Amino acid sequence: MTTIAANPADLHDHDHAHDDHKPAFFQRWFMSTNHKDIGTLYLIFAIVAGIIGGAISGLMRMELAEPGVQYLQGWATMMQGSEATLDQAYHMWNVLITAHGLIMVFFMVMPAMVGGFGNWFVPIMIGAPDMAFPRMNNISFWLLIPAFLLLLGSTFVPGGSGLGAGTGWTVYAPLSTSGSVGPAVDLAILSLHLAGASSILGAINFITTIFNMRAPGMTLNKMPLFVWSMLVTAFLLLLSLPVLAAAITMLLTDRNFGSAFFNAAGGGDPVLYQHLFWFFGHPEVYIMILPGFGIISHIIATFSKKPVFGYLGMAYAMVAIGVVGFVVWAHHMFTVGLSVNMKMYFTAATMVIAVPTGIKIFSWIATMWGGSLSFKTPMVWALGFIFMFTVGGVTGVVLANGGVDDNLHDTYYVVAHFHYVLSLGAVFSIFAGFYYWFPKMSGRHYSEALGHLHFWVFFVGVNVLFFPMHFLGRQGMPRRYPDYPEAYAYWNEIASLGYAIMAAGMLIFFINIAYALVAGRRAEGNYWGEGATTLEWTLSSPPPFHQFETLPVIK
Amino acid sequence: MAFASWTKSIGFAALALVTAPMALAQTPPAPPVAAPTPSAQVAPAAAAPAAAAEAAPADAAAATALDSSYTPMAPTAGKGMPIEKGLDFQQQYSELGEYAHWLDTSVLLPIIVAISLLVLGLLIWVMIRYRAAANPNPSRVTHNTAIEIIWTLVPVLILVGVAVPSIDLLAKQYKPAPADAVTVKVTGYQWYWGYSYPDNGDFEVVSNMLSKEDAEKRGEPFQLAVDNRMVVPAGEPIRIITTASDVIHSFAVPSLWFKMDAVPGRSNEKMLTIKEPGVYYGQCSELCGARHGFMPIAVEALPRDKFDAWVRSQGGTVKGDQVAAAPAAAPAAATTTSAAQGAAAAAAAPAAAQ
Repeated sequence: MTTIAANPADLHDHDHAHDDHKPAFFQRWFMSTNHKDIGTLYLIFAIVAGIIGGAISGLMRMELAEPGVQYLQGWATMMQGSEATLDQAYHMWNVLITAHGLIMVFFMVMPAMVGGFGNWFVPIMIGAPDMAFPRMNNISFWLLIPAFLLLLGSTFVPGGSGLGAGTGWTVYAPLSTSGSVGPAVDLAILSLHLAGASSILGAINFITTIFNMRAPGMTLNKMPLFVWSMLVTAFLLLLSLPVLAAAITMLLTDRNFGSAFFNAAGGGDPVLYQHLFWFFGHPEVYIMILPGFGIISHIIATFSKKPVFGYLGMAYAMVAIGVVGFVVWAHHMFTVGLSVNMKMYFTAATMVIAVPTGIKIFSWIATMWGGSLSFKTPMVWALGFIFMFTVGGVTGVVLANGGVDDNLHDTYYVVAHFHYVLSLGAVFSIFAGFYYWFPKMSGRHYSEALGHLHFWVFFVGVNVLFFPMHFLGRQGMPRRYPDYPEAYAYWNEIASLGYAIMAAGMLIFFINIAYALVAGRRAEGNYWGEGATTLEWTLSSPPPFHQFETLPVIK
Repeated sequence: MAFASWTKSIGFAALALVTAPMALAQTPPAPPVAAPTPSAQVAPAAAAPAAAAEAAPADAAAATALDSSYTPMAPTAGKGMPIEKGLDFQQQYSELGEYAHWLDTSVLLPIIVAISLLVLGLLIWVMIRYRAAANPNPSRVTHNTAIEIIWTLVPVLILVGVAVPSIDLLAKQYKPAPADAVTVKVTGYQWYWGYSYPDNGDFEVVSNMLSKEDAEKRGEPFQLAVDNRMVVPAGEPIRIITTASDVIHSFAVPSLWFKMDAVPGRSNEKMLTIKEPGVYYGQCSELCGARHGFMPIAVEALPRDKFDAWVRSQGGTVKGDQVAAAPAAAPAAATTTSAAQGAAAAAAAPAAAQ
């Protein structure tokens, strides 16, 4: 990784020589052109969306805790204000799973990783004063608000058997076209359009910033790995989101204007939608995890007091994951009726991804090898990430086998797999990054003890929550079911117990943030010490409103 | 915006009341989940053995040719269904299922457990050996070409090793069924299944989930039990063709390692050979709307002669005996449309043979 030769004292002087005056409240937070403020807005947004998405999964685990439908009818009655039928209650279930998926993907993980940490630290790490297009940065964020409101609003309007869009986050046709009468799915699609536009604008901004605004001497091969991860992520966003936009636009015209792109009776093909969706959807899962790879690399290096092992291999592994990620999409469609050659190809191509992923896992371990490890909060989250991501990764290799997937497809095994790579992968890396940079962003230290406690409670909770799902899936329990045969009761009850533990862990997190903001110790510029070598550690905590008015020089 | 949605929702609530029943009315009729199934469907089935017993003294040849008695097989506990606290796959009752199960249990599972334990072990080792207290001065090593080549090549070799049986399994799974195999056309509807037998007179069996009471009455697991099963011969290849009439469904039976999406406008074909007679349960495995979780699948595999008898009980025909069976089967075929009537015919047909 890069060794920074900028003189911290020098930078410090320059930044404080100028008046560090900030705009007034409304102008600062509603008309912001400052990458750090926009990053903060994104993080706050992601936390709010995460609370809503997490609460929805709480409702789901509550309903699934025991066989039978206990609560859905009551909730559906509350939502619509009149006595709900069983069908409306079951539809409510589909609305819950749809909302949980869309919120966590588009309004929690992506805003936190790309919008939050990306905005905050990409410009700083490359020694730039701000993003290339500050006003576009602002509109990227503010497009997310109406997008989120459209999605939330869709749950109050008819969407087929009941209120809301009950199509799953994949919005498969024809369930999402002829199968969902009413405006709910239209609103959800428009929500995705806005969220997608927001991400495309963000991606353009990141690519331009990274290619054009690096400080003198910072070549691509000296760029910190987090910036590399954001660069690859931005390209994935730029290339995949237009395909999603096209697919869901076709859904809209199929729904409203009589086209038949996905309607077999009119010469269309429902499977075409799945190809288009997953051409976006598979890169999307790497969009959610690649920034996490970047964050983890920094944290492991910092707390091992050692530069990252195999820097170039790490950077190119991410590029390889990004490239191969575009040619494996149909492994999400193994049971749709692919030809044997297609299935063999997608089986083989998918397994290839395990190789660059393995390089990353082993390089992180090699970074720690010979290091001098200190187990601060971000480091325990990073260590948890490496192991849990490995577990999620190896079940991915099982699922990659098209013949084996015939049994596991659309079962809880898949749910377990993607929650291990997302809920225990992406989310662990978000928490790791949050604890790593929170004092930098806020100028306040959180409680180490509470941070550790949060880790342990959350770690136990999510494992109790998601590990039994492997067993349920192997036993054949299908996804997206509000109720199940008696035989699945045991592991479901344990999973619901795990949710409660995890929720307690989240409570500790919020207490810790509140404590830090109210009574936290002031943080110095580089509070992690000699292991922290990237440019953000040359600045004060929080950094000045405008940094690098004189560009740092990288040797 | 949020408040606007709230106020709008009041207006739309009225709309929902109008549109929801309309949407339901468009779909083919299906009994509500909680509604008890007509008892008539159970009664004739129970009457069938009695009728069969009466038929026993009849001419042996005539009885074989015209035997159309059928009683739903009682499921064996733990066979073809999930088991409580289960960790593994369900026991497999098809050859390809056994092969795939072997691939998971003997190849993939050991590898993934070993890799996970290796990573865990390495993590624990570095956490102990290289903690700051034990190793205050970090090394500056950031490259080691040999080890980087090893951890790239070894996974490649492992994956190639996995790919061999994996690709072989795929090739076997795609082997087409022989021309004379029994064909079952599986159609997914919102929210039930239809099984038609195009080579056996093209009758369709409509299969709905049983209510909790009815499932218990029959001694079957609730949410897996159905009123009319998909009946197939055991021990011989079957051609299964899946399609759907409204949205995408997925026909899945875990204990047979079988899952094939039912896509409107498409027909997906796959061969299945069930090793032994039994009842094998499955559930719809592609989100298909409100009652996605309540359209289970029950496959009943029977010895060939019993299968033939079942086909006749449904008013269908079996290849080779059309001539002999014509007098008895023809009126049955003419009158049977629903399975309940089919069961009634089953009781009547042996009596006619006497």
